[in-house]
Amino acid sequence: MPDETSAITTDQVQHLANLARIALTPDEIAHLAVELGSIVDSVRKVTEVATPDVPATSHPIPLQNVFRQDVVGEVLTPEQALAGAPDSFDGRFRVSAILGEEQ
Amino acid sequence: MTDDLTRLPAAELAALLTAREVSSVEATRASLNRIAAVDGDLHAFLHTAPEAALRTASEIDRRRADGYDVGPLGGVPIAIKDVLCTKDMPSTAASKILEGWIPPYDATVVARLRSANLVPLGKTNMDEFAMGSSTEHSAYGPTRNPWDRDRIPGGSGGGSAAAVAAFEAPFALGSDTGGSIRQPAAVTGTVGVKPTYGGVSRYGAIALASSLDQVGPVSRTVLDAALLHDVIGGHDPRDSTSLDELWPSFADAARAGRAAGDLTGVRVGVVRELGGDGFQAGVRQRFDEALAVLAAAGAEIVEVSAPHFEYAVAAYYLILPAEASSNLAKYDGVRFGLRVEPEGGGTVEQVMAATRGAGFGPEVKRRIILGTYALSAGYYDAYYGSAQKVRTLIQRDFDAAFASSDVLVSPSAPTTAFTFGEKMDDPLAMYLNDITTIPANLAGVPGMGLPIGLAPEDGLPVGIQIMAPAREDVRLYRIGATLEALLEEKWGGPLLDRLPELETAGSAHLAPPPGPGTEPDGGTR
Amino acid sequence: MAALMSFEEALEKFEPVLGFEVHVELSTATKMFSAAPNDFGGDPNTNIAPVDLGLPGSLPVVNEQAVRYSISLGLALGCSIAESSRFARKNYFYPDTAKNYQISQYDEPIAFDGEVEVELDDGTLVKIPIERAHMEEDAGKLTHVGGSTGRIQGAEYSLVDYNRAGVPLVEIVTRMIFGTEHRAPEIARAYVATIRDIVRSLGVSEARMERGNLRCDANVSLRRRGTTTLGTRTETKNVNSLRSVERAVRYEIQRQAAVLDAGGTITQETRHWHEDTGTTSPGRPKSDADDYRYFPEPDLLPVVPSRQLVAELRAALPESPAAFRRRLQTEYGFTESEFRDIINANLLVEMEQTVAAGAAPAQARKWWLGEILRIANARGVEPGTLISPLHLSELIALVETGMLTDRLGRQVLEGVVAGEGSPDDVVEARGLAVVSDDTALLAAIDEALATQPDVLAKIRDGKVQAAGAVIGAVMKAMKGQADAARVRELVLERANS
Repeated sequence: MPDETSAITTDQVQHLANLARIALTPDEIAHLAVELGSIVDSVRKVTEVATPDVPATSHPIPLQNVFRQDVVGEVLTPEQALAGAPDSFDGRFRVSAILGEEQ
Repeated sequence: MTDDLTRLPAAELAALLTAREVSSVEATRASLNRIAAVDGDLHAFLHTAPEAALRTASEIDRRRADGYDVGPLGGVPIAIKDVLCTKDMPSTAASKILEGWIPPYDATVVARLRSANLVPLGKTNMDEFAMGSSTEHSAYGPTRNPWDRDRIPGGSGGGSAAAVAAFEAPFALGSDTGGSIRQPAAVTGTVGVKPTYGGVSRYGAIALASSLDQVGPVSRTVLDAALLHDVIGGHDPRDSTSLDELWPSFADAARAGRAAGDLTGVRVGVVRELGGDGFQAGVRQRFDEALAVLAAAGAEIVEVSAPHFEYAVAAYYLILPAEASSNLAKYDGVRFGLRVEPEGGGTVEQVMAATRGAGFGPEVKRRIILGTYALSAGYYDAYYGSAQKVRTLIQRDFDAAFASSDVLVSPSAPTTAFTFGEKMDDPLAMYLNDITTIPANLAGVPGMGLPIGLAPEDGLPVGIQIMAPAREDVRLYRIGATLEALLEEKWGGPLLDRLPELETAGSAHLAPPPGPGTEPDGGTR
Repeated sequence: MAALMSFEEALEKFEPVLGFEVHVELSTATKMFSAAPNDFGGDPNTNIAPVDLGLPGSLPVVNEQAVRYSISLGLALGCSIAESSRFARKNYFYPDTAKNYQISQYDEPIAFDGEVEVELDDGTLVKIPIERAHMEEDAGKLTHVGGSTGRIQGAEYSLVDYNRAGVPLVEIVTRMIFGTEHRAPEIARAYVATIRDIVRSLGVSEARMERGNLRCDANVSLRRRGTTTLGTRTETKNVNSLRSVERAVRYEIQRQAAVLDAGGTITQETRHWHEDTGTTSPGRPKSDADDYRYFPEPDLLPVVPSRQLVAELRAALPESPAAFRRRLQTEYGFTESEFRDIINANLLVEMEQTVAAGAAPAQARKWWLGEILRIANARGVEPGTLISPLHLSELIALVETGMLTDRLGRQVLEGVVAGEGSPDDVVEARGLAVVSDDTALLAAIDEALATQPDVLAKIRDGKVQAAGAVIGAVMKAMKGQADAARVRELVLERANS
């Protein structure tokens, strides 16, 4: 359970922005910290009634076992695939250097 | 009135087309002319495709002349919310990050429109990625409410609602994640339906929150909504959540309801929690009058309680941002859409962050950050997990309520249209505006919004929301059409007959709508 | 290079604890969530549907065959099959992940709680506990361009091909494996070999490690003798052959032991295995960035396998590798040690397929353990990658029928290994068939006899071994493309006519 006051720090916002890969200005971060604090205070209301005996619902209409046969269908042409690419080379999408590691 | 084709409901226009008294080119040109006249001020459209529309219309006319069956709606023009993929028009969800993006496929609903020989006019404005209740969050500037150009047309589907209300199109497609069809219908005096979750395919609808999104019709009459629902609905194997079942004809239900004029034996449940002090007086007054109309027609009015609806907004603003934070991760400048390089270049991580920082508007960023928070380690159970439990409780409330009523009703929105800027600095106030519409999305049940008059205090439209159990969309059309007929009888005509004259391209003091205005395809309309 | 402690000393001071995550690419016709072909060898970005590219509005739909394969695999691993299983999104940004989330399984995997029996070289059986096997999708492929190494460090830019994105995977996760002691590297190798044999016998994957069909991440930690506290583990990735699995585990044990013994600490991190140097190097340390924010995939519904389906798939399971071994040993009639050699070379599946294709077990064994293994060792590759069982059986048939001598057979093998086609293709292209035309042989014999006139007399005197010199000359003249036995017959006939 989160602590009683949901104050969100600017460090937290910066951390969340990193996770969400969004570059934010210091001004945006400051604003968001305040706004998120009040939004979180409001939405934490859900914890009042979410008791352990209540099951979670992830899909509004319960269905199961929805499958596709293993049969090849349409694919994009390479031109279609690359049509929206900001940058491509040799049939592939080009991105600037990656310093991280593969997951 | 028939001399102005744009004033005709789709069903009546379709009848003239079928009788070959009017051509699709004439109908399409009438809509395009109306758009040219009023949309400079309204800004309901982000993109129009006049040449393609006229070409399509002329092709349909030719085929009809050659004796082909072009279907009951063949040749009727239609507007499409920009959240839906169209392979011949930009599909941007009103975001800068998708500026100019043309998908290699049509959304299933768009493909079905084309198969039914409807004529796409263009793409309508919306809040960016459907996040908002006013269209003020469109990256391309807001849409005005045709009833009052200083007020919002609702959101996120304000463009579709305004286009239909302003007679720019007979009907339109919308999408509804927490009220984005029903709330704009309420504030523009139009009809909108959020179908049962899974009733209409989501394939090709740019996702906001996958477990809540549903595409639906936006129109001026219940019958038109039903006709459009019949076209777009039904199973789609490309959407796993699509319901694989046969649906009755909603148009038949609407016609039957309109003809019946009687609601004897129908139990109408009034949801106690969706009304009261927080609701504008004129909204409450018109709603009570509508209940009286229903009762006079023989309906049994019962009060029902849905004790967990008060938790719906909180649950919604956890589930939606959580799903959206993941759904919107794909906008990273690698495969499509905007790419922004940081000054002096950078690693791909930095390019992604810069792209998303520049490409998303403030509301989108706010919700992504909120959703990231709700899903992150240590908070998941308390926030996202609890919200999913509230969802169960709300479903149980619906089950209990539907045990004693055939349909549930509430005002579609707590207030009439508010003014631009009124809630922009207060996201929480904006979120609370969706209190009436959100429960249906959380539970997956269908809901319809239709006009029930103008609020005495401001002369602006008020809507009623009718909800039915999941898979019982047909009840909305039957009961909605009856109520619509009774109200029109009372009013002496449709509510939209009272729409004020709009600013036209020829008229004086044309001001651009507030906010940025460049179109997503880089041009102007 | 990191300091290493000798393996023996490391084992004296520490107890190794292992764990494995093995990714198996399923050989379905289409991808996990799209109808694009499951085939990523071709031109870049040619086998992709909108969902593989994460295009807006696209939606995933589960491939039923992939689910069936996953259940079969789970059953073969001795797992329970979930009554209800669901997909989840694993959220992280990386350019090879088109949606910037991977559809995987988290809290409700399709299979869980299994056990795999692994047989070591000397016949010892070890039980490896399986925690879970779950379904997920593969990522695209990045090529790093610029810089000198072609590696990620120093690259100027990277190119992304999404053909592999969405290929169905099953990830098999073990529990912590205790008690492996000095056999840890050997057990690691045997475990992965067993998984490979299981998925191949099921026919759910080609399981070619060198092609990335089967990928192993090896977790190693050390516990100091006399303590109960578990050590920090490292996860070594990019271990793409059985031999490397063994070497990487051994290396990590020696490296970690040296660090700990010197008073250092082990960082919880991903490490990369370098085949060329036989070492591991640190990758990205685990951090906050690994907050994957899993949540149930809203675009997909739960998979609820009927008990009838599970029973059907269970009934259709092929015999386990252990039972398979026992059966073949009986059928082939080899001695214990002859059979053990095959197991140790990990060639039982190849043997079985070669025999099934028509070769005699003794011949199949001779070729696999002889010439093929020799080439494989020289090149540092798995023998099974050099020639298919079908081609080998054809080659053996050519030798058995006298079309080829053993020596020519080896040349044909070289040709097949070099990619020149089937044995028939190589024979034809290289003109390698045995000269079975007696006329040509007799001409060569007469010529040889003419230069060695005394040979005939010796043979007639009963000194048959004198024929050797002539046979040698004839074989030389025929450039080896003659059947020496036939030449000998002909020489003796000539002498006695």
